[in-house]
Amino acid sequence: MEGQNVEELLAKAERDEAEKLQRITVHKELELEFDLGNLLASDRNPPTGLRRAGPSPEAELQALARDNTQLLINQLWQLPTERVEEALVARLPEPTTRLPREKPVPRPRPLTRWQQFARLKGIRPKKKTNLVWDEVSGQWRRRWGYQRARDDTKEWLIEVPGGADPLEDQFAKRIQAKKERVAKNELNRLRNLARAHKMQLPSTAGMHPTGHQSKEELGRAMQVAKVSTASVGRFQERLPKEKAPRGSGKKRKFQPLFGDFAAEKKSQLELLRVMNSKKPQLDVTRATNKQMREEDQEAAAKRRKISQKGKRKGGRQGAGGQRKGGPPSQGGKRKGGLGGKVNSGPPRLGGKRKGGQHQGGKRRK
Amino acid sequence: MRPLTEEETRVMFEKIAKYIGENLQLLVDRPDGTYCFRLHNDRVYYVSEKILKLAANISGDKLVSLGTCFGKFTKTHKFRLHITALDYLAPYAKYKVWIKPGAEQSFLYGNHVLKSGLGRITENTCQYQGVVVYSMADVPLTRPPWRSCWPWESTGMVER
Repeated sequence: MEGQNVEELLAKAERDEAEKLQRITVHKELELEFDLGNLLASDRNPPTGLRRAGPSPEAELQALARDNTQLLINQLWQLPTERVEEALVARLPEPTTRLPREKPVPRPRPLTRWQQFARLKGIRPKKKTNLVWDEVSGQWRRRWGYQRARDDTKEWLIEVPGGADPLEDQFAKRIQAKKERVAKNELNRLRNLARAHKMQLPSTAGMHPTGHQSKEELGRAMQVAKVSTASVGRFQERLPKEKAPRGSGKKRKFQPLFGDFAAEKKSQLELLRVMNSKKPQLDVTRATNKQMREEDQEAAAKRRKISQKGKRKGGRQGAGGQRKGGPPSQGGKRKGGLGGKVNSGPPRLGGKRKGGQHQGGKRRK
Repeated sequence: MRPLTEEETRVMFEKIAKYIGENLQLLVDRPDGTYCFRLHNDRVYYVSEKILKLAANISGDKLVSLGTCFGKFTKTHKFRLHITALDYLAPYAKYKVWIKPGAEQSFLYGNHVLKSGLGRITENTCQYQGVVVYSMADVPLTRPPWRSCWPWESTGMVER
């Protein structure tokens, strides 16, 4: 019994081994070509299995992919490995396949002004040494650049030249000359770039002093000059009657088109809530008009009583005072359902009684 | 095309609220979809999110209109309501004026409506209130050139 179990186990183990080997080994008629630097495997076997498969070769494609990947992995396992931070890493060889260009070939740039001149004159660049012997410091120094051999700004003693003003600062003069040379070089470099990219230098866009400039050109030049300070024109004073330049504020920023719809809705509802809360519950106009009408009615009732008693008051009303918009239209027909007040006449604001006396008198007649 | 700024939204809401009052929040917050206001070439359009996403694929200079035009902002940033907004405002209108069939044609051709032409009117309508004009068959009326409603004076009951 046990022997049989052991035999069975051994057989099973053997079968497992064979299966594993079968899984790992793949038989191909033509060997694959590997470019392990790019993790690339090229299979040149004719795809007869796929052609036989028919309309949906899914299973065959999957089997093919599995086989080829297995072969690639087998190759990777054969590479030299090393250990990097607790991970076993295979070192890939250099890629052998040449990949195509990502971006198009760069256009040839136009020659700079010096290059054009040199070509014209036939000037070839002379081969110069990098280091020059500097007598003053007694060592080899660069021809140009940091700590160069002959730097005239670094001299500690300058003789005043024959025809120069003795009070002039020669050191400052040399430093100033150097700054000007650097600035000129930079300008020429930018001009070369602008010519290469067929653009204008932003500072000189359209501004070339010809002596015959229009008002707009001069204005533009003035604006640019004003902004060309270290503080970008913030502390430049304007002439007494000069107006501020148009369009010099910050550009407006708007919400994005598809912003958060929920947030937009919420802010709009909030705005509505605030608007509704601000509206006064008591409409002042209506309240005063209502009050005035009540007073009118009281006065009318009083008048009727007095006239019933036989006395006649001339023209004028009692304490009610003078108002615009008389009673006649009030007592008349009202539109169905009009409760509250009816604005008879132009709006009566509380307290405004201009010319009411005359109108009132007219009506009563 | 862009969403409205705070200021513009406020001005527009104030105008619309004259006609539909608090019901404006029903326009903003609808149960059957997300609708929003977008500004394009000074005109305000009320458009659903779905249509907006489609309209975003059209370049600005080629886009003529989207959704429903509610109105436009003038050069001095005042909001003018257009009659195309009537379909959305009419159901929520607070103050309504019904006019008789006889006066209906006159109104549609741009004349004032006399007191005798008015059929019904909502209660508590005050002077210079924004109203929506209906025919007796409860059809909201529109009229060129711009808006269907004008301030209504109750003295001579003359309405334009």
